[in-house]
Amino acid sequence: MCSLIGQAVKRVEDKRFITGKGKYTDDIVLPNMTYAYIIRSPYAHAKILKLDTSQALAMEGIVAIFTGEDIAKSGVNGVPCGWQVNFNTGETMKEPPHPLLVKDKVLHVGDSVAIIIAESRALAKDAAEMVEIEYEELPCVTDPYKAIQKGAPVVHDIAPDNKCYVWELGDRQKTDDYMAKAHHVTSLEFVNQRLVPNAIEPRAAIGDYDETNDRYTLYTSSQNPHLIRLLMCAFVLGLPEHKVRVIAPDVGGGFGSKIFHYVEEALVTWASKQIGRPVKWTAERSESFITDAHGRDHVTRAEMGFDKDGKIMALRVRTAANLGAYLSTFSTCVPTYLHGTLLQGLYTTPAIHVEVTGAFTHTTAVDAYRGAGRPEATYLLERLVENGARELGIDPAELRFKNFIPPFDGVNQPGYQTQVALQYDSGNYPAVLERALEMVDYKNFRKEQEEARKNGKYLGIGISTYIEACGIAPSAVVGSLGARAGLFESAQVRIQPTGKVSVYTGSHSHGQGHETTFAQVVADKLGISMSDVEIVHGDSDSVAFGMGTYGSRSLAVGGSAIVKSIDKVLEKGAKIAAHKLEASVDDLEYAGGKWTVKGTDKSIGFGDIALTAYVPHDYPQGLEPGLDFSSFYDPANFTYPYGAHIAVVEVDIETGKVNLKRFVACDDVGNIINPMIVEGQIHGGVVQGIGQALFEEAIYDDNGQLLTGSYMDYTMPRADDVPSFEVDRTITPCPHNPLGVKGAGEAGTIGSAPAVVNAVLDALAPFNIKDIKMPLTPQRVWKAIHGK
Amino acid sequence: MQVSSFNLIISKETHLITNNSYHNIVNMNLSIQVEVNGKKHRSTVEARQLLVYYLRDQLRLTGTHIGCDTSSCGACTVILDGKAVKSCTMLAAQADGCSITTVEGLAQNGELHPIQEGFREEHGLQCGFCTPGMIMTAVDLLNKNPEPTETEIRHALEGNFCRCTGYHNIVKAIQYAATKMKEKEVAHV
Ligand code: FES
Ligand code: FES
Repeated sequence: MCSLIGQAVKRVEDKRFITGKGKYTDDIVLPNMTYAYIIRSPYAHAKILKLDTSQALAMEGIVAIFTGEDIAKSGVNGVPCGWQVNFNTGETMKEPPHPLLVKDKVLHVGDSVAIIIAESRALAKDAAEMVEIEYEELPCVTDPYKAIQKGAPVVHDIAPDNKCYVWELGDRQKTDDYMAKAHHVTSLEFVNQRLVPNAIEPRAAIGDYDETNDRYTLYTSSQNPHLIRLLMCAFVLGLPEHKVRVIAPDVGGGFGSKIFHYVEEALVTWASKQIGRPVKWTAERSESFITDAHGRDHVTRAEMGFDKDGKIMALRVRTAANLGAYLSTFSTCVPTYLHGTLLQGLYTTPAIHVEVTGAFTHTTAVDAYRGAGRPEATYLLERLVENGARELGIDPAELRFKNFIPPFDGVNQPGYQTQVALQYDSGNYPAVLERALEMVDYKNFRKEQEEARKNGKYLGIGISTYIEACGIAPSAVVGSLGARAGLFESAQVRIQPTGKVSVYTGSHSHGQGHETTFAQVVADKLGISMSDVEIVHGDSDSVAFGMGTYGSRSLAVGGSAIVKSIDKVLEKGAKIAAHKLEASVDDLEYAGGKWTVKGTDKSIGFGDIALTAYVPHDYPQGLEPGLDFSSFYDPANFTYPYGAHIAVVEVDIETGKVNLKRFVACDDVGNIINPMIVEGQIHGGVVQGIGQALFEEAIYDDNGQLLTGSYMDYTMPRADDVPSFEVDRTITPCPHNPLGVKGAGEAGTIGSAPAVVNAVLDALAPFNIKDIKMPLTPQRVWKAIHGK
Repeated sequence: MQVSSFNLIISKETHLITNNSYHNIVNMNLSIQVEVNGKKHRSTVEARQLLVYYLRDQLRLTGTHIGCDTSSCGACTVILDGKAVKSCTMLAAQADGCSITTVEGLAQNGELHPIQEGFREEHGLQCGFCTPGMIMTAVDLLNKNPEPTETEIRHALEGNFCRCTGYHNIVKAIQYAATKMKEKEVAHV
């Protein structure tokens, strides 16, 4: 049988989705189920003066209504933050509570005020109209930079300056010195705008309390059911974990926004016990817009110093990062440990210093969104490099080649120690840019561009190179950085007596195709057919405690855990095989699904050994029956995928419209199990980056209202906004995990936005424009061209 | 702040309808007769019931999804009397007497429709949530235009969001299906 690794195997999960048989949370109907509707604050900052539910309660079909008062009385806590980031002075971050339902004061539009539970969705909504609430509106602040200025409206009394933390990394003194000595300094002040993740499945949750067994089940659209169970049981509801089952069934996309423990999950679980019936809540899209954690939202000033040859000498970054009104689960680490640590990029910059102020504002929480911190780092780096090149009169590709870290494989050459805490694993950075330039035919493009300009056509090319830290991560390391969770992954490989294989993984698939990729790995290692392997995930009752899927970690961490268990299966299997073949273990080799005595034709198949393990009549003495192994894999380091993306655009200077003509990507995500799935991840990621560059923005008005709170107002990239993509790859294996893989989920998003913006600015080079704020809408581009 | 899909259709605020008559109208039950995936149904629906909720909640055909409340995402697309419609944008009562095909009704005798096959062959889906709507939109497109260009395909998908695939492989999936259908001359839905 030829190896399954590296094959574009068609996905096994597709059948249920293409036939309409997927089972997402909202598809589940339990007997006697009730429906919840949550009343949310229409104000960004307001006191609740009066809340009267009596009329609503009296309506037909209303089962119960709970308010902040009920929650406070019940002794239930708020949802916790999972990562502690300290002030550079050593002081711990400011950590305000995030109640399930607010009692006195709402802090953002969408803040949850009351939950109505009724016999139907429509009745619950009807009743919401009859709940009387009186608010006293208070002044608000939505911009992170404004929030930390003197006199700004205060979000939480415990942080009167609205600072959650002021965090720094790198060598401040050295950076200042090198910057002062630089031949040229290019600087930029810019905004990395707030985005709404917008997984197409709105979040949903069903709480189901079973009184006879005193057990709770929560179905939730989550990327990490175990983490939700842990946070909800230990921090919020105070429930014994063994009495709580969390199931994340089919989940319609996450992109980070479904990592976090949301108030609705705890609310329906708690409410189900109060009323003794299952409670389902499904977000409407407008509700998702104001309650799903948002992404990005940095206001940044950055400077890059160059010597006279174009070598980067120093990088200084000051960022105000918007955290929103409450600290979402991983919100605090995104602008710090996932952003500041990536500022080395692919370059040898000898001095780097970054300072990040996490700001509270009267807005929806901001947390990890595809890329999480790394797109922000890449955006500022690649914009500075490109602007620097233009200012120095050096070709932007050439400037990058001058500054790349030289190739190293992490085996014969050590990993690369950055100025900002990380040690890169392996990479040949110039190779990806060389390949991408070749794909786009860079040399000829410049000629074409010149010709076009003569004809009044503005073509532009934009490069971006990136590196990201994925496969998050060694538990001890993230623990020392403030994470309040481990970041390993679990895998149980259960060999059935007939030799069929059930694999229970702590990773969770919400589009990534684990049921295929993981099965490829298992079938390949065991030399059996993929159809004999079943991947199970998303149910805390069947799967051992796992950490779930985010940060492009499933294959690098979850896949490695599976490999560890397979190794144990083969090791024990070899002992049984040796007994059966009357040989020593050392004389056996395993290939093609059987153990063979080396140099002979004596062999025994995997299925026979499995059966023997469960029918241990003729069996090695002292060996336990069964063939079933669990493993936990805690990686030795992050993994570091990287790549080069190039965008080609044409800008219509009459209208300001950007036409994305080509998009070329060469990524190195280490070894590849399924190239079809990897490319799919790149495509999807690229469009999210293009979305940020050209279309998407969450805009708050001065009253804290989200102006782009629906699909009518928030521009999602559509099929006719983007071209087909040209993608290729280089392969530099990860030296520290058994599969040599690095992760591919976020690469596209991280690399693409700066490439597109650089391309537009390149097209507009004759107008000498230094920056246009993302998204580059026709209006903004037109204004920039016309100096408005 | 929140846009309700119900309110889009019958606004309670409107001066033409008093509070009382609003409740009378929305709580009124109607009897409808529809054919869904070849099966006849006689059902009682609330006057305000959207078609998508009728399909999902009453007929338990949960392959038709709800991704928005502004008629923008296309996750709810079904074929109604031969044409693609967004089932979140019409009332169940309006479908009285109509024939509907949902994604569950596409495969015939256990054999996938070429468009379903195309999505699988070309990796046109990841999380699968937009997929039924995409597939039904593609059915409509290929009915009208059996040999669409890439631009025509992208244009036809304007009303359908996918957050996962970047559309690249969805386009390929539909191209695959177009070729397949031509080869097979499969009877159109
Ligand atoms: S649910 Fe119908 S268009 Fe979004
Ligand atoms: S496959 Fe997930 S939204 Fe399209």
